[in-house]
Amino acid sequence: MFAFIIRRLGTMALTMLCLTLVVFFMINLEPNLKKLAISQLDMRSPPEQIESWLVKNGYRQNFFVRYGQWLGVVQKQPNIDPATGKAVQRFSFCNEPAEPYYGGILQGDFGCSTKFKTRVSAKLFPALGATGKLMFWVMVTMVPISLLVGILAGMREGSRTDRSLSVASITTTATPEYVSGVIFTVVFATWLGWLNGSAASATGQGITFYNFTLPVMTMAIYGIGYIARMTRASMVEVMTQQYIRTARLKGLSFGNVVVKHALRNALIAPFTVIMLQFPWLLTGVVIVETMFRYQGFGFTLVEAASNNDIDLLLGCSLVSVFVVLSTQLISDIGYAYLNPRIRVQ
Amino acid sequence: MQLEFIGPFQIIIGVLVRFWPVWLGLAIVLGASFFYRKQLGLYGHLFDSGVGIAGVAICFFWLFTAIFSSTIAPFDPLAQIPVMKDALPGAVAPDGAGVYLFGGDKLSRDVFSRMVFGSQIVLIIAPAATAFALMVGITLGLPAGYYGGRVDTILSFLANLVLAFPVILLFYLLVTPGIMDTPIPYGLAGLFFLFPIIFFATLFYTRYKNRPERLYPLMAITLIVGGWIYAGLVFDADPLGIVHIDPNQLNIFVAVVFASSPGVFRIVRGLVMDIKTRDYVAAAQTRGETPWYIMLWEILPNARGPLIVDACLRIGYTTILLGTLGYFGLGLAPESPDWGTAIKDASRLLRSFIHPALPPTIALMSFVLGLNLLADALREQSMKD
Repeated sequence: MFAFIIRRLGTMALTMLCLTLVVFFMINLEPNLKKLAISQLDMRSPPEQIESWLVKNGYRQNFFVRYGQWLGVVQKQPNIDPATGKAVQRFSFCNEPAEPYYGGILQGDFGCSTKFKTRVSAKLFPALGATGKLMFWVMVTMVPISLLVGILAGMREGSRTDRSLSVASITTTATPEYVSGVIFTVVFATWLGWLNGSAASATGQGITFYNFTLPVMTMAIYGIGYIARMTRASMVEVMTQQYIRTARLKGLSFGNVVVKHALRNALIAPFTVIMLQFPWLLTGVVIVETMFRYQGFGFTLVEAASNNDIDLLLGCSLVSVFVVLSTQLISDIGYAYLNPRIRVQ
Repeated sequence: MQLEFIGPFQIIIGVLVRFWPVWLGLAIVLGASFFYRKQLGLYGHLFDSGVGIAGVAICFFWLFTAIFSSTIAPFDPLAQIPVMKDALPGAVAPDGAGVYLFGGDKLSRDVFSRMVFGSQIVLIIAPAATAFALMVGITLGLPAGYYGGRVDTILSFLANLVLAFPVILLFYLLVTPGIMDTPIPYGLAGLFFLFPIIFFATLFYTRYKNRPERLYPLMAITLIVGGWIYAGLVFDADPLGIVHIDPNQLNIFVAVVFASSPGVFRIVRGLVMDIKTRDYVAAAQTRGETPWYIMLWEILPNARGPLIVDACLRIGYTTILLGTLGYFGLGLAPESPDWGTAIKDASRLLRSFIHPALPPTIALMSFVLGLNLLADALREQSMKD
């Protein structure tokens, strides 16, 4: 088991290395660098000025040198002031030292955000905290509801409850966040006026039922159907097992059989599915946070991507890839732990 | 200037009347399918359950809407009638031009016509991208599952690499306007569009390699048709000028194929690993068949059930992806009538006007719902066998 985890962690590190290299390559394409320079200078800057800005800030160094700098295996060089010949800070708003130093991911330095004029860590981690809150409430609503729906539907396969709940869960899987978000906003914010159609106030003034329900509902609804269907399938399978029939023939009540015998075995498969939902939620986070103007991780990612903020975008991709891979790992380990019939060699 | 309005009842009647080619088409197709359902195999079995009928009906509804768009839509999707800015549903356009059945949007275009034309974009890109993703996933998943070992390790690592990417980040990187200046989209397109040609060439070669009279015509057709489409799509150099795709759309197409082929790869790989332990595969191996013959003619046909179900779900998922792209304003032109872009435009103004938001959302949702219902019914049917 230990060797398995070590091997998985190794694969994970390799995957992260490859992916950040790909991201690094993509955001350093010529048009993207131009976009960055223009966003830092002025819309009407002449090409020479753009070029000199890129050279001055080290964006014209060798690709692998710059990737190494970001990673922390090559020294970051300060800018040289052409007038005095002295070394000056690269970006004054980040407090970078004015001398060559190792400052990359390996040293725990995420770099400098050109869009928000601050250190990436100062922007990224509060945003992750805000998204964490959103995720927490989404999980708190999504998991119990979907498990309940799945169990009720799978308890008696083919019954009227099963059919109607199945169609309902298919409907929610056909409703992506940007669709349900619009519909919920129309119904609950515009028509009924019960809830706030924007979560912008949640960042500053804290979370309330009034401003946070719509984003949570919108995100949860897309996942509910999927988890519920998986739970249903697992429940249906368990309910056909011999030991369930034995328990029924012993004279136990149906409710008792479901709660005591079936439930625990039926919940193994949905556990994996719930863990694997995190990567999907990541896309949902981006859509929901943009739609409801909540300043979390997704919002930061969109801002970083649309301004080609290199370090911030790399930080975002590192975080999201880490989330995806670690949830996969946890789901594998947890599955082996929950299901004694499966043991990793 | 005061606009005239027609009542809600007249709006409903008006919409139903505008859709007349769809109703006619639906009646013919569904009627015929229902009548001959005994002879139609798996497709005919769909008509045994309510869910299946609903799925087929919704999918055909949008298919016919896309085909007859120009007949159904009363206005051009880009035409603006200035008076009709943000007009409520049922507003009558001046000079007897017609009625804005679902009202006008903020650029005073007809919401109804845009919804109808939006179906065209979705129904062209989504199934085609899914087909290419299937080709790529199958061509790579078969050897990965069949040979295992190093081939499998490398291909699975690559697939997991793409799957570990959050879709949205991938799109932001792949579908920015700037990227059209680089050779990346064309390179990827050139790579992906090669797969169908390889697939069909191998398919025919393995089967007919000892029967040249069948092999040569089939190979010739594959290479000519494939090469023709390839030239048209990748190099935009179709000699006949029929096959043509906008650089924008090519970019979206490539991004969607790239994002969804690893999923197909994983499914195919899993299925192959399961099926290759069967007796008929062992029999074929004993007969001395080549590995690719076994993969393409023994394993693949037996994996078709789950693949058809997955293809249905995947078209729906691709539709959602296209909507996401539109919602973030990536790739498609800002005035494009596709549903995602329409939702983006309308969702900014929800506080004041809701009518431009509802038609595209409901259209997208119903189309995906139809595909999901279809997939569900297909799965039920294939479980029965």
